[in-house]
Parts: sequence; C-alpha cells; structure tokens
Amino acid sequence: MSGVAIIGAGIFPFGRHEGVPGLQQGVAAARAALADAGVAWADVGIAFGGSSAAGHADTMVADLGLTGVPFINVANGCATGGSALAAAAAAIRAGQAELALAVGFDKHPRGAFDPMPADWGLPDWYGALGLMLTTQFFALKLRRYMELYGITPATLGRVAEKAFANGALAGHAWRRTPIDLETILAAPMVNDPLTKYMFCSPAEGAVALVLASEPKVRALGAARPVWLKAVALRTRPEGSFEVFAPALAVERGVSPTVLAADAAFAAAGMDRAEIDVAQLQDTESGAEIMHMAECGFCADGEQEAWLADGATRIGGRLPVNTDGGCLACGEPIGASGLRQVYENVMQLRGTAGARQVEGAKTAFSHVYGAPGVSACAILTV
Amino acid sequence: MEAIAPRLFVAGPPPRLVGGRDRQTGRIVFPLPDAPSRFEPLELPPEGRIWSWTVQRFRPKSPPYAGPEAFAPFALGYVELGDMLIVEGRLSGFAFDSLRVGLPCRTVLEPFAGRLAYAFAPVEAS
Repeated sequence: MSGVAIIGAGIFPFGRHEGVPGLQQGVAAARAALADAGVAWADVGIAFGGSSAAGHADTMVADLGLTGVPFINVANGCATGGSALAAAAAAIRAGQAELALAVGFDKHPRGAFDPMPADWGLPDWYGALGLMLTTQFFALKLRRYMELYGITPATLGRVAEKAFANGALAGHAWRRTPIDLETILAAPMVNDPLTKYMFCSPAEGAVALVLASEPKVRALGAARPVWLKAVALRTRPEGSFEVFAPALAVERGVSPTVLAADAAFAAAGMDRAEIDVAQLQDTESGAEIMHMAECGFCADGEQEAWLADGATRIGGRLPVNTDGGCLACGEPIGASGLRQVYENVMQLRGTAGARQVEGAKTAFSHVYGAPGVSACAILTV
Repeated sequence: MEAIAPRLFVAGPPPRLVGGRDRQTGRIVFPLPDAPSRFEPLELPPEGRIWSWTVQRFRPKSPPYAGPEAFAPFALGYVELGDMLIVEGRLSGFAFDSLRVGLPCRTVLEPFAGRLAYAFAPVEAS
C-alpha cells in the first residue's frame, strides 16, 4: 500500500464563539492547515468535509477559492471527521489526487442534543416517554459494564480529573481549569452513574488536515510528515449496543469500535503495545473506560487498576486523551474525530508543549458515534 | 384510556408487551414493526430482571417529550424479559437507591400524560 502522510494541520479553537458561523470556523481551520503544509488551496486535488449542524462543507470554496476542486460532503454523525479522513486517504491511494484536504466543523445550540424519533425510524411514543436521550444510552451501557467488570465511580471520576488536567495544557481546549476528584464525584448526577463533570457538552470548533501522497511529500520536501499507517471505518455488527434502541437481543455482540480497531491494527501490521499515545472517544467518562478495552489496549475490568495507577496520564504507560478529549474540548460533532488526529499530529511532531508525551513515535485515534459507526487511525513518524 | 400506541401491549392480566418475530429468521424485535408479511406478533414474557438502569435527572426537551412541564426525576432501564428480549422502558415504583442490575420486575400499564403506557415495576413478595 502506498504511503499517505499528514503534512498540514489546522484548528479553530473548541468552545463557544458568539457570532462566528461554524462554516467560517471551518474555513479558518482549512487556511491554517494549508499554511502549516506550505501549500496553496489551488494545489489541493480533492476535499472531503462535513458538519452535523453548521452547514455544507463544500460551500467553503466561496471563501477558499473557486478552483473547480471536487469537494465531497460527509455526513456520518460523530464519525464525520474520521470518515472524511478515511475518504481523503483512499482518494490519494487510488491516485485521484496528490494532495487532499479533510475538514470538519460544527456549532451546536446549548444543552443536550434533541433528536426526533421519526428521523431515526422510531415510533413517536419512544420520544414521548422520555427515552430519546443520548445521555441515557451512555449511562445504560456504562452501568451494565460496571456491573459486569467491577468498574467503580471513583474510576469514572479519575477519567474526568485527567481530562481537565490535560485540557488546562491545551491551547485549543474549551475547559481549561483543573477540577479535583472530590468535586467531580460530588457534583449533581445527570444520568446515574454520571455526574455533570463526567459528560462532554455540545460545542463549536473546526479542524482541517492536509494529506499528501508519498511522492508528493518528497517533492515538497515536507519537513515533518506524519504517516497515516492505517485508517479503518466500520459500522455496527449484529448484537452491538447502540443509542436509541427500544430493545436488544439477548445474544449480545461486539461494538463497531472492536471491528474498526482490529482492522486498523491489521492494516498497519502493528500491535497495541507499540502505541505511545492514544485519543479515545470520551463523550463521557465511561466511554473512555469502555473504549480502552474495545480498542484492545486492556482487558475488560483492568481499567480500574490502570486509572488508579495513573497509567493513562501524560507520563503513564499509555497516555489517553492528552488534550483533554471531548470532556475538556467539548463536542462539535463534525470536528471531534479530526481533533483527535490533530492532537496526535502535534504529539508525533513533538510540538505539544506542556502536554508532550516524551518520545512519542506512534499514535492511535478512535472516534465513535450514532447509530453505531467507528473510525480508528494509526499514525507514525 | 387511549393507549400511547396501537399494538404496543395487551392488557392481560397480566399485561404483556407485544413484539414481533421474523417469520423467516425467528429474530425477535420490539416494538412490532408494521410489516405483517415479515413479522408475526409475539406477546413477550410479563416478567424479567433489570439488565441496566439509570435515573433521568433533567427534563427531556419537548418535543418529543410529552411529560408534564413540572418535572420530577424518573428511573428507566433495560429489562430482560424471560430469556427472550431485553426491552427499554420506564421503571415505576422503585426507590432510586434500591435499583440494582438483576432485580426482578414485571410489566405494568399506567397513565402517562393522559394516555396509557407501559412501565416495569417491582415484583411484590408473595
């Protein structure tokens, strides 16, 4: 398989930006990524991008330049960024272009997401009874997991504590004030067993990446290419536990995350033990815990000891969510997956500043979203 | 009282939820899809055990939520009905601090926002 590298990365800080449309945040991230790569928009041969609630990515050609470039909109929920990255890499490998742009952005209203049953193929009574909330799904999946594998509330608290500590060190993060474990655990419950500090919030922000073929990397003399060893996208298999499910089969199956992570490691020809830093979808504290195991970094239940030992802190055995993840950055749906890859690029370039994982040469990212889609990417230098 | 949806449950006693069985594969689903050529109606076991639970602490947005404006937290969860299917619903009549995975419960019908809905309630000691 021919090589694909990320040679440019740009971010529009995550958080709240009154008066700045999501699309403009995407344009700003794209410009930053192009400048970082040292290439012009006119050099880009194909683009993929998307948002969940902030407009059509392809309309940003009005700002970036009417070059005639093929620009494909991606709408894959929380995995929009991961899907855009996978599509951009595939286009380069297929020889469609030597330079590709992947961009994700979003801007959501405050408060929980408010989906309508009909949009999800569900009957009205499901929403009328108050069952149509993503936060409930996270809590229900987590409660079952805690029961089966002995995960305690203190471990959930430690995930959030780590997220805010890391977020304080990341210029693009939204929540940049550390919060102590006692405060996190004593905060009001939102959906038991998750307190308000254990959930991420819908937010705003944008990320763009410039990808190049191996010959193009050489031709440009790119100084700090980060190689995309593998990117894999999978949808849910039979028996997967997903959001908005009025019923589940007694016979349970694995999640799309398991499939995507296995595929990514197989494609890269690498083992989990070779990964130096990981960004795992942490929509809430429990998601990070469960995704550690679903991605294959530990066995079910081992997270309890990992968190108690600080194994996932910066400086630990496998630092996880070094920029504070969704908990500290918030979740602009279209941008989240690319933020993880942006953070890994910073780590592998050695430019992550106070949150730098010393000597990081390999990085893993995992994004997951409704209604059961996951994308994993492995980067190396 | 009008049911919150047709073909969702039968009154019994005991009340039972109505699922569907795929005529070809035997797969069991809930609620019963509106596709009679593919799914035959199937009354689910009336009793089961809590498979997972949570408490809804903030008022869901309306629409789609049809509950009263004055909000009180409510419990909900998944209940494994017999060995047949794991069904989501509101948990009624449980003290929040008594909720545990594995607790026995039964299907009940109760008013919700002016219509008759299902929920899962504790099994009384006999």
